[in-house]
Amino acid sequence: MPDLNMGEYGAYVWPAWGVSALVMAALVWSVLSKARKAKRALDQAEGRDPS
Amino acid sequence: MFGLANPQRFMSATRRLPAVLGVAAGLLLAAGVWLGFTAPEDYQQGDTVRIMFVHVPASWLSLAVYAAMGGASFFALVFRHPLADAAARTAAPIGAAFTALALITGSLWGRPMWGTWWEWDARLTSVLVLFLFYLGYMALRASIDDEQKAGRAAAVLALAGLINLPIVKFSVDWWNTLHQPASVFRADGPAMTADILTPLLVMGVAYTVFFAALWVTAIRAEVNQRRANALALRAAGGA
Repeated sequence: MPDLNMGEYGAYVWPAWGVSALVMAALVWSVLSKARKAKRALDQAEGRDPS
Repeated sequence: MFGLANPQRFMSATRRLPAVLGVAAGLLLAAGVWLGFTAPEDYQQGDTVRIMFVHVPASWLSLAVYAAMGGASFFALVFRHPLADAAARTAAPIGAAFTALALITGSLWGRPMWGTWWEWDARLTSVLVLFLFYLGYMALRASIDDEQKAGRAAAVLALAGLINLPIVKFSVDWWNTLHQPASVFRADGPAMTADILTPLLVMGVAYTVFFAALWVTAIRAEVNQRRANALALRAAGGA
């Protein structure tokens, strides 16, 4: 089983893992929202374009 | 390989890739977290060794993403290929995020082990310079309105920044640094036991696949956005 008791080092270990998880989640959110925005823009532009 | 340089072919070849890579990254990260917290504590560093499982992969990726960005910039500059330019542009914010993580988690590891959050030694300073190159690349692109000129100027900066990669990598050998020398990729093999090395390598692969999933998604978004902009411009010109 995982050992979650970091003892005296908890103040360093948890923030390191926490900030990593936070930044990676922010990256996912940022890239996915840009992808959705670009897809919407393309759909809209293709709808306007007669070709 | 070069066939994929065609944006349309790239888009059709990579349609399902982000989902596949995303699932693989999620599974690998879950395995890495499990292994990272079931590994025994280090006899010298205690539980702070677990910071290594997020610090070292972020550091590897900070260098690898810059190398990828530099390579893409080279193709964008020499062959003026729009997909290479899109690849370089989309790699920058992801690489900057990994470099920031390397600096922050390194600082959190340094405090209990070295007794300081920061030291102006060669490794830490050269990684800070790497972070500044990423920021400079993004700032330069954002500061020039003409997309093509912005891409070319940023590509030159990205290529100039490549010189910093060997400095980061070998700084611990060339100078006396507080930072420890390489302990995984060494001529005489890794300087750690399997129960520490395994979670580190799993996390390294997980971060790499995670980056690949994000990068492919971001390039696809950039291609879609540029196509949308071109169509909107054409429609506005014809109106």
